[in-house]
Amino acid sequence: MKFFLLDIPLVQPEYGLMFWMLVTFLTVLFLLKKFAWGPILNMLKEREDLIEDSLNRAAKAKEEIKDLQNTNEKMLQEARAERDNLLKEAREAKESIINEAKNKAKTEADRLITGARDQINTEKMAAITELKNQIAVLSIEIAEKIVRENLSSDEAQKKLAANYVNELKLN
Amino acid sequence: MLNRKQLNSHPKLNFMFSSPKMLSFSSNVKRVLFIFCMIFFSSFISAETPELNTETGKKFNAGEMILEHVQDAHSWHLTGHFSVPLPMILKTDKGFEFFSSSVFLNEEHEQTEIYLSPISGYRFKLFHEHLKIVTENGEIDEPAMKSSGLLDFSITKNVFSLLFGSALMCWIFISVASTYRRRSGKSPKGLQSLIEPLIIFVRDDIAKTSIGPKYLRYMPFLLTVFFFIWINNLLGLIPFIPGGANLTGSISVTLVLAALTFIITLISSNGHYWRHIFAMPGVPVGVLFILTPIEILGLFLRPFVLMVRLFANITAGHIIAMAFYSLIFIFGEMNAGAGFGVSIVSLAFTIFMFVMELLVAFLQAYVFTLLSAMYFGSAVEEGHHAEESNAH
Repeated sequence: MKFFLLDIPLVQPEYGLMFWMLVTFLTVLFLLKKFAWGPILNMLKEREDLIEDSLNRAAKAKEEIKDLQNTNEKMLQEARAERDNLLKEAREAKESIINEAKNKAKTEADRLITGARDQINTEKMAAITELKNQIAVLSIEIAEKIVRENLSSDEAQKKLAANYVNELKLN
Repeated sequence: MLNRKQLNSHPKLNFMFSSPKMLSFSSNVKRVLFIFCMIFFSSFISAETPELNTETGKKFNAGEMILEHVQDAHSWHLTGHFSVPLPMILKTDKGFEFFSSSVFLNEEHEQTEIYLSPISGYRFKLFHEHLKIVTENGEIDEPAMKSSGLLDFSITKNVFSLLFGSALMCWIFISVASTYRRRSGKSPKGLQSLIEPLIIFVRDDIAKTSIGPKYLRYMPFLLTVFFFIWINNLLGLIPFIPGGANLTGSISVTLVLAALTFIITLISSNGHYWRHIFAMPGVPVGVLFILTPIEILGLFLRPFVLMVRLFANITAGHIIAMAFYSLIFIFGEMNAGAGFGVSIVSLAFTIFMFVMELLVAFLQAYVFTLLSAMYFGSAVEEGHHAEESNAH
């Protein structure tokens, strides 16, 4: 008993065509495998690898740039801190120098003032001594003059001499 | 990863009508012209058939005409009385014989003559394109058929189309490969940019997803099958020589393709594959008595279905297209006006069918390749025994 469908020549395979199909297909498969698919697939793979590699490298470069930026930022901050530090130190140095100078000046001034005062005192004492001497001289001169006036008479000279004699006795 | 998939899927989705170049205006015009040319030529070819028949007093037989178109032939019918004879290659017990199929033609250009071979002394005659040894009065000589061991390796219409398509394929892909070599490391150009998305599509969406890490071994077969089916499907849609043969819609061709898939599956199958067929792990022994026969049946059913699907889809497409044409002549025989009126509707339907067939041409190539890849994938799959014992 036959199936109804199998009677149609359309569904009956023909060995001639099958033979040619097998031979041709296998030949095409072999030829294309050797001369087309192999090279094409290799090239595609190479290109994809290249693209992936490039992308990876780009990402890496980006990372590196980021690192670099971080380093720069860090360096900048360090530099800024350094500068601040330096400024601070300079300010302190300045203050200390000024203070020192002030102190020195003050001590010097004090010393000078004390010196001056001492000198003034010495001068004063000298002046006073001088004055005293002057006064003594002047007094003597004045006294001399007075005495000369008063002793113009013999009587007055006798009287004075008598006075001195009295005084001398008292002493 | 996702991005890259999306990028790939873009050309894949549109590639048929798409690459930006093809969308350009002039190409569109060309394509429309091309389709109209085809329709014009096809109607021309078909128009001759009923004329011929009216001359000989026969009525137009749509079924005969369609079957004649869909089946293989020993000559390539172009138009009316004109057809291209094809070479006959025979093997008998007297050796090989080569002659032209034109020896079978009578004055009316019908294949009815008996050819007496000077080499083997046999008389040959074609019965519905099947070569037979006949007696002097034209009856099939069964004893001679048996004793001669007649084998017909003629270059038929389908074989010619097969050789042409294969040569075209080799030319396309070898030239594309040389473009790759020449433009190594650069972006694709020309034909290369049409082919590349398809190759990547077959590799990434068919082979890699279905087969897994061992996909590279199967790439040449999958790519060849994919482009073989697609290109020959498209050639079959061109209604004039060298296209128009129903090659991928011929069961001999799909049988060979399916058989190759089956053989490759068997060769690459591992223990895990056979264990799943004969003793599905984790299934009770009683159930195995039912399951194993089904699995064994499935083993053969898969390539069988592959064979039938491609054959039926392509043949059906050709039959429907021809049927729409036949409508014109069926109505034309009743009344010239009716024939003319129906021809407009018929043409509209045929254009629709043609566009459909363009889609089917690709779809069937895709389905055949995908299923082949899935069968290879199941054959090379490594079992995860630890998981399996838990899962089943």
